[in-house]
Amino acid sequence: MSEILKDYLPLVVFIAVAMGIGVALLVVPFIVAYSNPDPEKLSAYECGFNAFDDARMKFDVRFYLVAILFIIFDLEVAFLFPWAVAFGQIGLFGFWSMMVFLAVLTIGFIYEWRKGALEWD
Amino acid sequence: MDELWTTYLWPLIVMVAQSVLMLVVLLIAIAYILYADRKIWAAVQLRRGPNVVGPWGLLQSFADLLKFVLKEPTIPAGANKGVFLLAPFVTCVLALAAWAVIPVSAGWLIADINVGVLYIFAISSLMVYGVIMAGWASNSKYPFLAALRSAAQMVSYEVSIGFVIITVLLCVGSLNLTEVVEAQDGKYGMFGWYWLPLFPMFVIFFVSALAETNRPPFDLVEAESELVAGFMVEYGSTPYMMFMLGEYVAIATMCAMGTILFLGGWLPPFQVAPFTWVPGIVWFLLKLLFIFFMFALVKAFVPRYRYDQLMRLGWKVFLPASLAMVVIVAGVLQYANLAPK
Amino acid sequence: MILPALFFYLFAGVCVASAFMVIASRNPVHSVLFLILTFVNASGLFMLLGAEFLAMILIVVYVGAVAVLFLFVVMMLDVDFVELRQGFLNYLPVGALVGIVVLIELMLVLGGAVISPGAAKSIVTPIPQDISNTGALGLVLYTRYIYFFQAAGLILLVAMIGAIVLTLHHRPSAKRQSIPAQNARNTANSIEVRKVASGEGLQP
Repeated sequence: MSEILKDYLPLVVFIAVAMGIGVALLVVPFIVAYSNPDPEKLSAYECGFNAFDDARMKFDVRFYLVAILFIIFDLEVAFLFPWAVAFGQIGLFGFWSMMVFLAVLTIGFIYEWRKGALEWD
Repeated sequence: MDELWTTYLWPLIVMVAQSVLMLVVLLIAIAYILYADRKIWAAVQLRRGPNVVGPWGLLQSFADLLKFVLKEPTIPAGANKGVFLLAPFVTCVLALAAWAVIPVSAGWLIADINVGVLYIFAISSLMVYGVIMAGWASNSKYPFLAALRSAAQMVSYEVSIGFVIITVLLCVGSLNLTEVVEAQDGKYGMFGWYWLPLFPMFVIFFVSALAETNRPPFDLVEAESELVAGFMVEYGSTPYMMFMLGEYVAIATMCAMGTILFLGGWLPPFQVAPFTWVPGIVWFLLKLLFIFFMFALVKAFVPRYRYDQLMRLGWKVFLPASLAMVVIVAGVLQYANLAPK
Repeated sequence: MILPALFFYLFAGVCVASAFMVIASRNPVHSVLFLILTFVNASGLFMLLGAEFLAMILIVVYVGAVAVLFLFVVMMLDVDFVELRQGFLNYLPVGALVGIVVLIELMLVLGGAVISPGAAKSIVTPIPQDISNTGALGLVLYTRYIYFFQAAGLILLVAMIGAIVLTLHHRPSAKRQSIPAQNARNTANSIEVRKVASGEGLQP
């Protein structure tokens, strides 16, 4: 087993133990607690009346836009991680290489801003 | 047989024992963090807070646990049962899993992985799933709206947290959390920690951490005056408790990250005699509690944000500010020749 | 050692099984959840190869960002799934074509590995042993592979602009808050004190 994997084995064990605790917590009330379901108790909560229809509905496309922009910035952050780690060794060239990359994305960011994509209305 | 014992079983038993110890200590600590949160909130409002169960109400959280376990678990008739129960499980397990890589003192951690920072970042970006899944599976309007809101909110502040982490990494040159702490060790003591040179980023990190964990003033997910309890409306019994647990463990994780990235982890504030005698874990806990104390005070002091203001703060203030700070820090490190080799 | 092999079969098995469930499950939300499980297991496979940075980035980007968008779309997009299923056969030729292309590519890769086992090693930069995975990536990505890196930046720019062009639309009725305008207000420019004569009222 390589050194890297040795570091990760405790992590796997830890997550397994955490899952064990999670399952135990989730299952316990179904075993020990009193249970007497009836239709009123199991209906979806609305402020005092019965639900009109299915709760899932269409919504504003703006939420998708936020998710897409997030993916793009998340990728930008992903590119920054190895750069930050190797920053001392890649020198001036690496520094300016990243500055150009960030400048290109800043153009996109300014475009977004001017177009009003960051306005929430 | 002997070989099986020494190379497989014994290390496994040690690992399981360490994990169980860490989780039990963590869960008990969370019980008291919850208690502290309520007490601080009460003190600000000149109330007493929990004071009945045990001396000064110290056993309140354990009484709550017992109450949750004995409550009737309900699954709404219209709900998607599997996903409905998976949501609290995912929230709780992910929040706990983050603590495997957090060094509470020199060498005191479960898994010393090379990409610890990235692991925490990954976990915090997955926390949104619990909320979305709960909101969708409940098949009820309030949870659905809360899921939408929270997904957009958590996602927006994730980006600025990423940039903040990058600035710290620029000064450290490693993704290992232990090395992040060790890089702050110097002769200046607490003035060499990154909170001072990177102070604007510390502020951005703190506020983004509030938004990321849905704490007030950014608790629009469970804004009780409009969405009742947000995505948790249909939950009761231990599934509800697991959301609460996950939320508070995530808050503790964020406090621990703030401690490690900006407040020097387990390092003593001054490198002189009485301070260096105190064990590292005490310093770590004190710093963690200090950040949590600020979390609790913000909850008591600051009124809730409006949703458009929340998105404006995330995208138009924090994102450009933290991006600019990445460039500035990198430029200073490059041209002042301070970058870690 | 037997442990990495065990984990390999665990991750690979769950990965393939959940990938199958992505196309087999009836509820599209379950499909996306299985897709997430596939990503997580693929990340486990990366981990077994020692590519810890890639494993984490796979989770951060694909599970933490891309799958959130997918989940958004299938959860909230109120699609009539019965209707969607009826068009299944129409998509079969396209799906089959894509499947065949992927199969041919896989066979080319495997065939190449069989014919010349050393070929794969000769083109890659040797993996440095003494520094971390992430650092090794950082050493070459921004300098040696700068064109690819900048191309990635341009693609992200195009994606950003494309997303805005396709999805952005403003409601003309929306009222926005202007923080500078609010902050610029003071008593001098927002309140006026006037004497009102009794019984006459105020003419505007």
